[in-house]
Amino acid sequence: MTQLPPPSAKKLGLVIDLDTCVGCHACVISCKGWNTENYGAPLSDQNAYSGAASGTFLNRVHSYEVQPDEGTAQLIHFPKSCLHCEDAPCVTVCPTGASYKRSEDGIVLVNESDCIGCGLCAWACPYGARELDAAEGVMKKCTLCVDRIYNENLPEEDREPACVRTCPAGARHFGDLGDPGSAVSQLVEERGGFDLMPELGTKPVNKYLPPRPKDVEPDINVLAPYLEPVAQDGAGLIHWLDKALSALPGGSK
Amino acid sequence: MHPAPSVILFNTFSGLGFGLLFWLGFDATPPTGWIAFAFFALAYIMAVGGLLASLFHLGHPERFLKAFSQWKTSWLSREGICAVAALTLMALYGAGLVFFDTNIAPLGWIGGLLSLGVIFTTSMIYAQMNTVPRWKHWSTPALFLLLALGGGALFAAKITFATVLLILAGLAALVHWFVGDRRMAASGTTLATATGLGHIGSVTAFEPPHTGTNYLLKEFAFEVGRKHAQALRLISMLLGFVVPVLALLYLPGHFGAGVAVLCHIAGVLALRWLFFAQAEHVVALYYGKR
Ligand code: SF4
Ligand code: SF4
Ligand code: SF4
Repeated sequence: MTQLPPPSAKKLGLVIDLDTCVGCHACVISCKGWNTENYGAPLSDQNAYSGAASGTFLNRVHSYEVQPDEGTAQLIHFPKSCLHCEDAPCVTVCPTGASYKRSEDGIVLVNESDCIGCGLCAWACPYGARELDAAEGVMKKCTLCVDRIYNENLPEEDREPACVRTCPAGARHFGDLGDPGSAVSQLVEERGGFDLMPELGTKPVNKYLPPRPKDVEPDINVLAPYLEPVAQDGAGLIHWLDKALSALPGGSK
Repeated sequence: MHPAPSVILFNTFSGLGFGLLFWLGFDATPPTGWIAFAFFALAYIMAVGGLLASLFHLGHPERFLKAFSQWKTSWLSREGICAVAALTLMALYGAGLVFFDTNIAPLGWIGGLLSLGVIFTTSMIYAQMNTVPRWKHWSTPALFLLLALGGGALFAAKITFATVLLILAGLAALVHWFVGDRRMAASGTTLATATGLGHIGSVTAFEPPHTGTNYLLKEFAFEVGRKHAQALRLISMLLGFVVPVLALLYLPGHFGAGVAVLCHIAGVLALRWLFFAQAEHVVALYYGKR
């Protein structure tokens, strides 16, 4: 049913730390791997070995350059996948009921056997989180690895989304953002986590943590102290030497 | 937005077909017999042909029945229901006129209103999109309705209505273009709000996530041909509205109507192409495109 359920108490989602992400794309690959081998239609590639390769991915890492008013530019890697929005416009536009938001944990999913591949949900998503698979003709999107996080056949430590499990930098965090006491909610609180395109009113569950302010490099110059004028008090041998040397032609006054 | 030929054909011809059905439904002295047959056949070929063209746009057309289920929230679902209801009622009304020489007027009125309903629900599929600021404006349904009413009147040989409505449709197109060109800036969505990094400084896309293209770029970041936009606007304005109105006013009878119809179709095809090609989707911002 494409009517949105009342907001769930539990809101599972990701917190992505833009300060820590090194842009290695490991999360992109592990996502593609898991979601091609497991639930739903595989994520196909077209012309994978030619110059015109393209394919379906549920998670992609952009890189942006940010130039502050003063100082040097910053390069920020920016992973992006479905934000499991509370007011998900992709759900309500769907004519078939294939696109839905789970009432129990807020995960937004596509029932692929009901999807007619009209693409409207991708039009409605501001974040580019949905891609129509060119081989299967159905809409693909991040499932928050719903087939891992509740999967009792997996060891406990693997019951989190593949991207989170794989991230070598610890830039991705998974948890319940509906619970203010959860580790992820605390992290958002501490670091000032924010929404993407808040003006569109989608109320994303996933949050982004801003890059920490860059340190300002202190002005260190190991030789400078030796060039300071010495013995300004006008007494002693050094003072005499200073005066004598300054009196020579070319000496500084 | 990518101007898919199937969707442009659908919008153009379904608009004309359902517009014609509206005028047939509200005709106080509708044609009967073979003449009625010709009018209804033309309307159905355009309306149903357009719908079939849009079916080809789907990844799984064989599952189309499922698309009638979500009318509570989905404009696409509502459009499907309106279309089936309009086509059914108008078929009964048309059968009365063609085979029994009987005008079941109320059936025509309801069918005619449902035909307008199809146009309106179609336009709302676009006008609801927060992600495409150019479309999210009342001028989108206004343009669609006036195009269908004007084009329909032209096909129904309601010359006075056609003249007035085509002028209004042309004005609606001008408003849609003028307002549309400012909608993206007015929406306030920029790469800075898209990334949330604007507080640090000015944001530019440094490196895209992939070397090749992808579904998002093909579907939403269509930039090809935008440089010809102004020329195409002029062509669609002249062919779609100015020439047809002049032809109706100054050329004799059937010849004038024929010129008007052909020019109008060509102009509207160009206009529908521009409707997509010029529409900027906010997701293109993430790629540093428009
Ligand atoms: S990010 Fe896009 S696909 Fe995911 S819930 Fe939000 S609108 Fe829907
Ligand atoms: S592509 Fe599939 S999931 Fe998306 S709106 Fe169409 S039917 Fe629904
Ligand atoms: S795996 Fe981690 S560090 Fe690497 S791109 Fe993804 S989020 Fe960034």
